[in-house]
Amino acid sequence: MSSTIAILFSIMVTSALVNNVVLSRFLGLCPFLGVSRKISSAAGMGGACIFVITVASAVCGLIYKFILLPLDLIYLQTIVFILVIAMLVQFVEMFLKKYVRSLYQVLGVYLPLITTNCAVLGVALLNVQNEYSILEGIVCGFATAVGFTISIVILAGLREKMEFNDIPESFQGMPMVLLTAGLMAIAFVGFSGLRG
Amino acid sequence: MMSGEGRKGALGLRADSSAERFFNGLITENPTFVLMLGMCPTLAVTTSAVNGLTMGLATTAVLALSNLMISLLRRIIPDTVRIPAFIVVIASFVTLVQLIIQAYLPALNEALGVYIPLIVVNCIIFGRAEAYASKHGAIPSFFDGLGMGLGFTCAITIMGLFRELIGAGTAFEIQLLGDGTIVPGPVGTFLGMYQPVSIFVMQSGAFFVLAFLIAAMNRIKRKQAGKGREVRNGGEA
Repeated sequence: MSSTIAILFSIMVTSALVNNVVLSRFLGLCPFLGVSRKISSAAGMGGACIFVITVASAVCGLIYKFILLPLDLIYLQTIVFILVIAMLVQFVEMFLKKYVRSLYQVLGVYLPLITTNCAVLGVALLNVQNEYSILEGIVCGFATAVGFTISIVILAGLREKMEFNDIPESFQGMPMVLLTAGLMAIAFVGFSGLRG
Repeated sequence: MMSGEGRKGALGLRADSSAERFFNGLITENPTFVLMLGMCPTLAVTTSAVNGLTMGLATTAVLALSNLMISLLRRIIPDTVRIPAFIVVIASFVTLVQLIIQAYLPALNEALGVYIPLIVVNCIIFGRAEAYASKHGAIPSFFDGLGMGLGFTCAITIMGLFRELIGAGTAFEIQLLGDGTIVPGPVGTFLGMYQPVSIFVMQSGAFFVLAFLIAAMNRIKRKQAGKGREVRNGGEA
């Protein structure tokens, strides 16, 4: 039992910090660069991601184990996963709109954007590639999304501070954001010492 | 598809002709440097020029074929379900390309890993299907995909080349700088003194190289736009 918890904890630390989804795996860069202008919207995007990625890795894990594997249809995984994710995002949006209005008002705008977040499909595929069990997959999905939230909120904070800085004309906008992200990536390399 | 007759498109070529579409994607609307689409593979797989080239060609194949297929099916697919339909078409071609790479290029399959199936969510492909292929004929759509794909390929190969050269001293896996350079004579001795800056093959290097490439593009664009205003700004330092 304790070894299971140890494994889950190590998966959690690895996917949230060491192999940070944005800064080390380069998944989900579009929202990372696009929705990081303000801390509040970055946090909203992060929250929506935590929700969708956790649910998506659970559903994709179940489908893989109980439908694709027994029927020998593994080669269909990409098609099946992307359709499941697109459907899931729609469903989550409708469900929240009807039953959890307060959460919908916070996350609503960001939900449709998540279909274009390659981190969702990326986590589902990585879970299969790493041969995680369903529980491990869910933990990995949750931790990955937490890692995404951490990095997007930090970037948004930095961008808010930099707003009135005097930046060379050619570097204004995207190049400056990319340089900031690069420096963050160097900082996150420091976490690799945590890997046991 | 002949409706564009007489209209001028990119580079002064007839709009929607095959050549115009091809050069539009390659230069005028280059997906990486101009439209800023498909950033994830641009940063992730450009640790070397070969990786970038393979990824670019795989994406080009998917893009051209899915554009062709979606354009052929555009009158059959009802408007309300077009997005899932496009996704299925694109995902099928991606699976096809993935199986081919797995079978014939196992080493590259290892290097590119999860990023090959992730071509599905590359916004360039979906963007072209939605913006171009679903409204135009089969032949221009095919060349639109081909041009866009090759524009993407060029961009990420250049990225990969920069990172490989600065970070490891090699270009297309040939040692040019640093220890064991293939350049002979005194030039070789000089180039041999180069110390590779390994941060450029690490993750943060990807961000830095892209930042500088985009900044360079911005500068060129600003110069071009500024030509008309030179007289007015002439006195300023």
